[in-house]
Amino acid sequence: MTEPLLSEISRPGRIGHHLPPSDVPRAEVDRLPPDLLRDRLDLPEVPENEVVRHFVHLSQMNYGVDTGFYPLGSCTMKYNPKMSEEIARWPGFSAIHPYQTETSVQGALRLMYELQQALGEITGLRAVSLQPAAGAHGELTGILMIRAYLESMVGAPRGKVLIPDSAHGTNPATAAMCGYTTVPVRSDDRGNVDLKALKEAIDEDTAALMLTMPNTLGLFDEHMLEISRIVHEAGALMYGDGANLNALLGVARPADLGFDVLHINLHKTFATPHGGGGPGAGVVAAQEFLADYLPVPVVGRKDDGSYAFRYDLSRSIGRVRAFYGNFGVLVRAYVYIRALGAEGLRKVGENAILNANYLRTRLQQAYEVPYPRPCMHEFVITGRRQKALGVRTLDLAKRLIDFGFHPPTVYFPLIVEEAMMIEPTETETKERLDAFAEAMLSIAKEAETEPELVKAAPTTTVVGRLDEVAAARQPRLHW
Amino acid sequence: MDFVPNTDRDREEMLRAIGVDSVDDLLEVVPSRVRHPMLNLPKPLTEMEVLAELRAMAEQNADAYHYSHFLGAGAYHHYAPAAISQLLSRGEFYTSYTPYQPEISQGTLQTMFEFQSLICALTGMDVANASMYDGSTALAEAALMAIAATKRTKVVVSGAVHPEYRAVLATYLQSRGYQMDTSPIRRDEDRIVDDELESLLDENTACCAVQQPDFFGGIRNLEPVARRIHDLGGLLVISSDPTALGILKSPAEWGADIAVGEGQGLGCAMAFGGPYLGLLACRERFVRQMPGRLVGATVDQQGRRGFVLTLQAREQHIRREKATSNICTSEALMAMAATIYLALMGPRGLRQVATLCFDKAHYAAHQIDLLEGFRVLDAGPFFNEFVVQCPGSVAEINRALLQRRIVGGFDLGTAYAGMEDCMLLCATELNTRGQIDELVSALAEIGRGL
Repeated sequence: MTEPLLSEISRPGRIGHHLPPSDVPRAEVDRLPPDLLRDRLDLPEVPENEVVRHFVHLSQMNYGVDTGFYPLGSCTMKYNPKMSEEIARWPGFSAIHPYQTETSVQGALRLMYELQQALGEITGLRAVSLQPAAGAHGELTGILMIRAYLESMVGAPRGKVLIPDSAHGTNPATAAMCGYTTVPVRSDDRGNVDLKALKEAIDEDTAALMLTMPNTLGLFDEHMLEISRIVHEAGALMYGDGANLNALLGVARPADLGFDVLHINLHKTFATPHGGGGPGAGVVAAQEFLADYLPVPVVGRKDDGSYAFRYDLSRSIGRVRAFYGNFGVLVRAYVYIRALGAEGLRKVGENAILNANYLRTRLQQAYEVPYPRPCMHEFVITGRRQKALGVRTLDLAKRLIDFGFHPPTVYFPLIVEEAMMIEPTETETKERLDAFAEAMLSIAKEAETEPELVKAAPTTTVVGRLDEVAAARQPRLHW
Repeated sequence: MDFVPNTDRDREEMLRAIGVDSVDDLLEVVPSRVRHPMLNLPKPLTEMEVLAELRAMAEQNADAYHYSHFLGAGAYHHYAPAAISQLLSRGEFYTSYTPYQPEISQGTLQTMFEFQSLICALTGMDVANASMYDGSTALAEAALMAIAATKRTKVVVSGAVHPEYRAVLATYLQSRGYQMDTSPIRRDEDRIVDDELESLLDENTACCAVQQPDFFGGIRNLEPVARRIHDLGGLLVISSDPTALGILKSPAEWGADIAVGEGQGLGCAMAFGGPYLGLLACRERFVRQMPGRLVGATVDQQGRRGFVLTLQAREQHIRREKATSNICTSEALMAMAATIYLALMGPRGLRQVATLCFDKAHYAAHQIDLLEGFRVLDAGPFFNEFVVQCPGSVAEINRALLQRRIVGGFDLGTAYAGMEDCMLLCATELNTRGQIDELVSALAEIGRGL
């Protein structure tokens, strides 16, 4: 059953929440000049009980990590510990104001400081800003830092940013927002950055290479250190898209791989919930030589052991948002790091890699694996073989829903035809992985024997495939 | 502790299936000299230990349940009905991600559609997106939209816009070489004046950005600036406090082309500055320049109504470097909080909240203005924030208030020259008369001691 809209269940006069009467003299809003006031306010009127049922029904039409296996590639849909939810809601974290005197928020400042330190240790990049609100916001911050650095060191920001053809769309969009031209760099047939193409593209006008490592094929570049060397020799910087940092936990430090700036999606690697599309946090970690370029403020520790905001970064790019970052998300990430410690984090990386390779091995019976070598925390398969039978990757994805799974990322990366990008994460049991593999193998068989069944999927959901073309042609964006 | 369920036996079976002896065999591609770094981190803790440690940290913070609270300045201590937290805690909502698969994401998608509808109702605009990071980035993205829509290169912003929003705007504009002019704020005796804004507008101005109520709490007559910028062919961007929109004229009625704002007050915690909720709405004709997600209604093959992400040709995953913005993950869960909040409040509730804020702030301002040495400055009619000129250092007064378990106001001297003795105070529906009276007598006492 679809659920009516709030506007459809609204009835005049219904009340959803009662407010206390005023305990101060009425100030008479009506005495404000009438042309400052509004007369219409068309909000729905719904009693609390019906509001609750409405959203509970809506939640039943949703699928989260708590519902089941969610192998959405490059999104790291791992389990979100429940203790973090409880802790982040404590008044000591949720009911404090960003402008309180620093002495009255020492616990919050300490948490931020220690999180900066821990993320610096994990990545080897010691200059950390917790300010960016999401991954793309971190990219913006990092590229602006590179821009400002080049301006002050070589007198010009340079004009272009190199981006592998396997990169997330946010990378080129970010570079453009920062005033750069983007130059795509093709991948070679083993899924690496094509070194020849890189050398051809790079010159003294190159500001940075934006590189996701492992890349979006789930592969660790076989020439990783060589890439960093080439980029640095050209006087450019290495920007790391940390969307896939989960694979590197305890395995390798981005700093040791040659990255100068990296954004970290706390909502991916550090187990904070994705919220249906945010809030996330896109922490930026950089080499010490870029510390002065970080957005302000950062959290520092004073000689007396107390914590304080620092605004004294001489070359700061300024602010990228109001206040200090998505603090509620920072609390959850801190909790996660405290719980796991170094040994837990190492288990994360290793088991994420193990799970992905296991699943890859199981699926290659029925699906083509375009880059047949060990993967990191995720891998890409192609639905080419099934496409030849008239069944598209989109159909395979929709059919997975009928089997009770969230589909993987599909049609990305763009360099693989009919791509499915699968990231199981370390928090899944072998039984879940096996059940998913069985479903995928069954669907591959169905594609051969009953393709219509696959193409009609999903049939178990509250709505079937929706007409996206009509939605875009005649947009209906509100009730 | 960790959340890795694999046992040694699982691992052995999996390794055997893969055909390798150890995970390290899978990692040969990682140069051995950088592989497996030692991480120097505090030792791991169990859930019980984590809770104890974090509780100690939480208790070092003066929270608004244990202190009376009079800070505003862009983050507000409003009441969030219990149903919000309960509903947001549904794992189906908060452990999902961007709704790329609409058939199993109708909960998120319909909520986003309802959110967009509610923001349209509140602002009077034609289209709202499904959220931005916060109010400051919403303002910056609105300016970039205006630049793209008008093909002009200058942005004029009122100095009475939140100082941090202006700082963010500057960050977003500077790398592309766009010009940003800010109107100066003057103090004229008891008045706070922003009277040079219109003179900064010209035919290269993409937009004029103002805040309503402004940073000092003042409600402005925006008609003259709206007329002027429109005469010049530029756009008007208004940043509003959505709570105030319970009673105040909407951005659309003022003539805004793009309406933005911070939605935190609609059911989201203060949380030391985030996660918050950027609001962005505009006139129909700018829809293809909008940043961020948009959800649209459509039907499935059987004619059942459903919701999908739409007009994605604006977005980075399709358009890459030609996208309207790089934004991807935004603040979906906070938008859901706001949707539930507005559904519970309805028109009557929101108006009541706004009226309570108005009444309490006016009561507080009136009482404080009577104190010797303190004076409420005139920034025009105000909503729930007002400027108090103090007889001494604001930082010192705030320290003294804190000792009395009161969180005082924002120190305007940190953001405006010539306002070193000024404090921006705020009252909401959560401030009782008793709290306000205590604040007033504390200020009287502190004032006498200065």
